[in-house]
Amino acid sequence: MTPQDRELVARLCAERAGLKVDPDKVYLLENRLGPVARREGFGSVHEFICAVRDRDEERLIWAAVEAMSPSESAFFREPQTFDWIVGEVLPELARRREGGALRLWAAACGTGQEVYSLAMALEEAAPAGVTLEVFASDLCERRLEKAQGGIYSQFEVQRGLSARRLVRHFEGLEDGFALSPRVRQMVRWRRVNLLEDLTRLGRFDLVLCRNLMGYLQEEARARVLANLANVLSPDGWLVLGAGETAPRLSGTAERPGFYRRQALARAAA
Amino acid sequence: MVKELAGVKLCLVVDDSRVVRKVERRILEDLGFEVAEAADGVEALAWVRTAMPDVVLLDWHMPTMSGLEFLRRLRKEPGGATPRVVFCSVESDLDRIREALDEGADEYIMKPFDGDIVASKLALAGVL
Repeated sequence: MTPQDRELVARLCAERAGLKVDPDKVYLLENRLGPVARREGFGSVHEFICAVRDRDEERLIWAAVEAMSPSESAFFREPQTFDWIVGEVLPELARRREGGALRLWAAACGTGQEVYSLAMALEEAAPAGVTLEVFASDLCERRLEKAQGGIYSQFEVQRGLSARRLVRHFEGLEDGFALSPRVRQMVRWRRVNLLEDLTRLGRFDLVLCRNLMGYLQEEARARVLANLANVLSPDGWLVLGAGETAPRLSGTAERPGFYRRQALARAAA
Repeated sequence: MVKELAGVKLCLVVDDSRVVRKVERRILEDLGFEVAEAADGVEALAWVRTAMPDVVLLDWHMPTMSGLEFLRRLRKEPGGATPRVVFCSVESDLDRIREALDEGADEYIMKPFDGDIVASKLALAGVL
């Protein structure tokens, strides 16, 4: 890749998805874009980026941007978060919605480990008296395809997933492990760019969007947080990574990473 | 005697492969454990009768006594209910993993593994 190629990718990532991509990280860029270039039939990443530049085709541009979006994923990251969601937050919301439905959304779900962790925890101990609707989205079409398949390698199922949950929720394949249809069917999928207006998706009682903010440009981070806040139900929760903050929402000292609308937090105080 | 080091947890590594024991030792020492080694179940039983470890990293298929047989006997030893037992085996059949858990294993690592997997499993077993 030439320095111009790298600059172009960084600019496209910033413009289209608000992603912070350092053009000096040659290895990362080559590593992420190499498989895309091969898949698209190019002899090198440089040839692929030339095509992105010359053809100005949306499909190719997005193939490059999606490949650079964050991909790190593991089951039950910061496991306490799931205990709080299933043991405290959802039962409280369920009491308020008795007989109704709770809508949960894992935004930026990557290859599915985050949303399936939630789905497994819910399958084990769902709050009573409500219907649960679980949605998941990501910017990257290919990651969504993998996520929907629910098939993980031996390496992937050993990161954060307990052996008890492995034997309870997975079936062994010749090469990997398949999540049970029971858990897979709990989740509905959609490609979503969090920079766009999200109100068409409806309101959510809980939005999980963990460990994405650090990959976003400052302006994009503020926009994504505002967009997510817009789709929270009045008493809903936005859950970020424990080290991430949402300055215009109210956090709770007892549950780091959990945020809700300020008016409600003030009323409760 | 190693357990006398205040705050340092003792891990007994049981595997008939010297190479695997060496790799596991390096990972565990990086994680702050004191490490003891045994090459099979019989040797491991002798070890736990001398000093009961906090955690056992246990291979399944070994000569003279399998990991599963060692686990059954360990749980009958005085103080043998206490150590967390994490299997570390090439066995990846879910029925066998279920069997290990039913016999009292706390966690299960499928080989090959790396330091992240060992750390993740030890955390799930409550010893990290």
